[in-house]
Amino acid sequence: MSAQRSARRRAKDALLGYALVLPSLVVFGVFVFYPFVKNFSLALHRTPPFPGLPKKYVGLDQVKDVLSSSEFHKSLRITIEFVMLTVPVGIVLGLLLAVLAHKQLRGMGIYRTIFSSTVATSVAAASVIFWTLFNPQIGLVTYWMGRSGDLGVLEDPKTALIAVAVTTVWQNIGLSFILMSAGLQGVPDDLYEAAAVDGADGARRFWHVTLPMLSPTLFFSAVVGSIMAFQAFGQIDILTRGGPDDATNVLVYSIYEDVFRAGNDGVAAVKAIALFVIVLILTIVQLRVAERRVSYAR
Amino acid sequence: MSGITLSGVTKRFGDTIAVDDVSLTVDDHELLVLLGPSGCGKSTLLRMIAGLEEMTAGEIRIGDRVVNDVEPKDRDLAMVFQSYALYPHMTVRANIEFPLRSRKVPKDQRALQVAEAAEMLDLTDYLDRKPSQLSGGQRQRVALARAVVRRPAAFLMDEPLSNLDAKLRAATRIELVELQRRLEATIVYVTHDQVEAMTMGHRVAILDRGVLQQLGSPQEVYDRPANLFVARFIGTPPMNTVRGRLETAGGTPVVRIGADGVELPGAAAAAAAADGLLEIVLGVRPEHVEIVTDGTPGALTATVEVVEHLGHEQHVVGRLGDGQLVTVRQGSHLPAPPAKSSVRLAVRVEHAHCFDPETGARLG
Ligand SMILES: Nc1ncnc2c1ncn2[C@@H]1O[C@H](COP(=O)(O)OP(=O)(O)OP(=O)(O)O)[C@@H](O)[C@H]1O
Ligand SMILES: [Mg+2]
Repeated sequence: MSAQRSARRRAKDALLGYALVLPSLVVFGVFVFYPFVKNFSLALHRTPPFPGLPKKYVGLDQVKDVLSSSEFHKSLRITIEFVMLTVPVGIVLGLLLAVLAHKQLRGMGIYRTIFSSTVATSVAAASVIFWTLFNPQIGLVTYWMGRSGDLGVLEDPKTALIAVAVTTVWQNIGLSFILMSAGLQGVPDDLYEAAAVDGADGARRFWHVTLPMLSPTLFFSAVVGSIMAFQAFGQIDILTRGGPDDATNVLVYSIYEDVFRAGNDGVAAVKAIALFVIVLILTIVQLRVAERRVSYAR
Repeated sequence: MSGITLSGVTKRFGDTIAVDDVSLTVDDHELLVLLGPSGCGKSTLLRMIAGLEEMTAGEIRIGDRVVNDVEPKDRDLAMVFQSYALYPHMTVRANIEFPLRSRKVPKDQRALQVAEAAEMLDLTDYLDRKPSQLSGGQRQRVALARAVVRRPAAFLMDEPLSNLDAKLRAATRIELVELQRRLEATIVYVTHDQVEAMTMGHRVAILDRGVLQQLGSPQEVYDRPANLFVARFIGTPPMNTVRGRLETAGGTPVVRIGADGVELPGAAAAAAAADGLLEIVLGVRPEHVEIVTDGTPGALTATVEVVEHLGHEQHVVGRLGDGQLVTVRQGSHLPAPPAKSSVRLAVRVEHAHCFDPETGARLG
């Protein structure tokens, strides 16, 4: 009898539990799960050349076509270049600022606030600031580079990606600084003191104590930074719209163009899956390594 | 010549004075213990010697060199931290080798010295492990090995045994003393454990609230405490300190405690008289008080509060007529008086100490 009652009670608890997660389940379902599944189906159907014609099921043909197309390869290469241009520089600059600010000096709080302030800046604001700086007529950067009146850095295929990368690095530096500062806080002071007594100068302490102790943070920043860079969109849309001559047409932007310019959601879906797989791999690597990482607890 | 000389060393953190005008000399090949209660400034003093903390005032010399403005790395010292501060990402070998690499010792020489230090501290089998794979005692030995691998002018140790359990601590204490003897090392050793201080120190420097209270051999500090603080701090159970009025009874100076009077040691009486004191604090170690039969002259009357049995001895805590407590330490073969009974306590005056009740300073 009591078993019966407890079973009923468990059912009631379960019901309440489902009721409580229902709202978020609905939201996730509509905005994540359904589009996710729908995307796979889009990838298997070829979009007709003229709107109004029925979509045709083509199996993996379209996937093969897109993945082997030179257009896809080019945008993947640009995306990877963009990651390489932004992530390492962002980490190094964040680390540099964090090391500088990791001193108990009066007024250091002001610097910490300034260094981390770009977190509170939106991509749009950052892009507009740099758009102005890069402007061929009025931009300070163009002026400094002695290119006033010339082809703007954003219009030159050779410099456009670098310019977008600079904007991105600036935008990310706040987050990088915060992550690195948190990492530095986690290094026990007595390790530095031991190293100092052991005869290590500042540089040796940095290479042999700070960096190794920071390696989990560095790794985390690299992976998260890469994921963010793979997904970059706003600054490209505002600064270059993928141009000039596709020089900044990264994967996400080309997906956007496929859908909203070319109206080809089949091709876009395949690229989206490719991007999903890349980000998934990065995420798995991060989780695996974080799990396996030896704990430095003493 | 690698002694350490401190003169007028002072450290202020804002309003708190952590170390107040400390002057002392650590002799070459000496193991000097800095002893004191928590927060008395021991670590701060040690860290100033290491150069990890700046001095507010004073001068520190290592050998003949004034090191006030010398970087820690150039002071030629080795330090063992309470937390060990081992580099967690390095193997035991790399940890021990680190000070040598920092000082650009050639490779073969390094290997030789690491092997020797590892041998000395019984770490040869663990050289390829990471610190996280070692027990507390092994980590502690790695910290020591990292210190002894180089022959520095002096070793600084900040409570290096406090993270070990009692048994391991006692064993390591003996090993440390042997190590010191073998290396003829100069060591400044910080502890708040008086057993460590008494058993290991050639001399003991006792600090309270940043002020050096007394510097002397363990026996001196025990036998002739310079003031009330030292008297109460050294020894377990602590010294009995009872306050009484100074009187003269038939030409001999006596301390009047309640209805009873205890005869004073001559030197102390003279010093007290010279200072014009009316009251005095009489200090007697528990082993220098005896329970005696009624009628013994010069004894104090007390009521037994508790008797603590420790197996090899017992501590009888009695309350004097005026409320002050006196502990008697006696062998466990002696009969323990029942609680609330009245006993007579005789003080062995030749072992008594007298202190100024206001300044706490020793008299005589
Ligand atoms: N960085 C600091 N800032 C402010 N006050 C400090 C600082 N370091 C130490 N103090 C203060 O200085 C005094 C002495 O500290 P210290 O660490 O030297 O004590 P200690 O004798 O080593 O104590 P323990 O046995 O607990 O280690 C304490 O009152 C402490 O609060
Ligand atoms: Mg301390």
